[in-house]
Amino acid sequence: MGKRSVIPYGPQHPVLPEPIHIDLVVEDETVIEAIPSVGFIHRGLEGLAEKRDFNQMTYIAERVCGICSFQHGMGYCEAVERVFGVEVPNRAKYLRTIWAELGRMHSHLLWLGLLADGFGYENLFYQCWRVREKVLDLQEMTSGGRLIFSVNCVGGVLKDIPQEKLDIILKTLDEVEEECKIIKDTFFQDYTVQSRLQGVGILTKEQAHDLGCAGPFARASGIRTDMRKLGYAAYPDLDFEPIISTAGDSFARCYIRTMEVFQSIDLLRQAIAKIPNETDLVTPVKGNPNGEAFMRVEQPRGEAVYYVKANGSPNLDRFRVRTPTFANLPGLCEMLKNTKLADVGLLVITIDPCVSCTER
Amino acid sequence: MAEVIHPDEILDEIEVSDLLTKALSLKKDNFRLSQACAAYANEKIELSYSFANDDTYQFTTLRVVIDPETEVPSITEIIPPAVFYENEMKELFGVKIKMISTDLQNRLYRIEEETPMIPKKGGN
Repeated sequence: MGKRSVIPYGPQHPVLPEPIHIDLVVEDETVIEAIPSVGFIHRGLEGLAEKRDFNQMTYIAERVCGICSFQHGMGYCEAVERVFGVEVPNRAKYLRTIWAELGRMHSHLLWLGLLADGFGYENLFYQCWRVREKVLDLQEMTSGGRLIFSVNCVGGVLKDIPQEKLDIILKTLDEVEEECKIIKDTFFQDYTVQSRLQGVGILTKEQAHDLGCAGPFARASGIRTDMRKLGYAAYPDLDFEPIISTAGDSFARCYIRTMEVFQSIDLLRQAIAKIPNETDLVTPVKGNPNGEAFMRVEQPRGEAVYYVKANGSPNLDRFRVRTPTFANLPGLCEMLKNTKLADVGLLVITIDPCVSCTER
Repeated sequence: MAEVIHPDEILDEIEVSDLLTKALSLKKDNFRLSQACAAYANEKIELSYSFANDDTYQFTTLRVVIDPETEVPSITEIIPPAVFYENEMKELFGVKIKMISTDLQNRLYRIEEETPMIPKKGGN
């Protein structure tokens, strides 16, 4: 048996985009155990539900995270809409889908860039983020905000996307698709990428299930799960299947997210082709919510669970978000076991951690 | 068009003493722990343990309503990933959970205030 020692990793580390601390118990260069701790940026956003009315909470919900902010706002609104029992106008459902898929694209491109940066492929990192800028420009053009849109409201959306802007989205998607094909080929065919990702950080299907993993992290281990199949927003009208892999390694996680960029492009084209030409964007709600509801949404990082408990007053009794990274932490710790210390930084990135989401 | 799944969503109100049995039963039925959380209402604490089935998309929530002083058994022995959820319940709501596999001693979120999600007596 080699010499055992504990190496602190994070919360400040060149590879880490957000603060998480992991105590790595290592034997020589091999990780034996990983003990995570969070709590560096807890903001108590859930607790604000007692002090802000349910409409104001929409804007707080989308500030849970700066990357998947739209989907947080949407998930919260869908949960409150369930309590009210209101049906969102059809065009609003499509608009939510369009913004959600743009968000997924930019999140995955951000992650692909961080992954490339993590294994030292700077050119690839630049290319991913350069393409991501085009998606951010679309978000700014359609909502006014690059990351925080503030377009959701309980009952629908506050802004429309006119046809000329939908046409611009389609034109830009053509460009982005071509550029993403080059990025995809580099990730899938380059020896450097494969040597750093293939066979590294394996999580089996059974482990992913038992540890409650979510999203691309779970799908990369062969779990066929995608909350968009539950049929919220306009997803019931769109044709898609969850993208899965059975390898369970870091390369499989890269494969899933790369292919989901193309899936999002396809879903955007379908949504723009089918968006109904209606004027109603909001179904007005009367009074205050009374009751409780759970809502599950497929964010870029996976299943997010929103729980709303209302008492008939403007303020909620409880607003709870279980974010995907919170669910993926146990899987991360398991995956780190028996890996080399040099791989830890990259492996942490492969779950696409969002600590801001996790701590709320 | 995509196949849309309309799964059963079940809210099962149970006694504290049934928690481990029910959780084990769901685990055997191929459910994973999707989330667990606490809520404070009417001077009681509601604990919700939600389980999801990735094949059928079924979503079952076990609901336990307790007095703040009631002790609750940890499910981490059966479902290890519950460790963060239970530490969160303990730190934010002061839920007395027995035998958490890794008790972080109210340092999950590193906040100074004790049980911030429970209204303070005589406070606003």
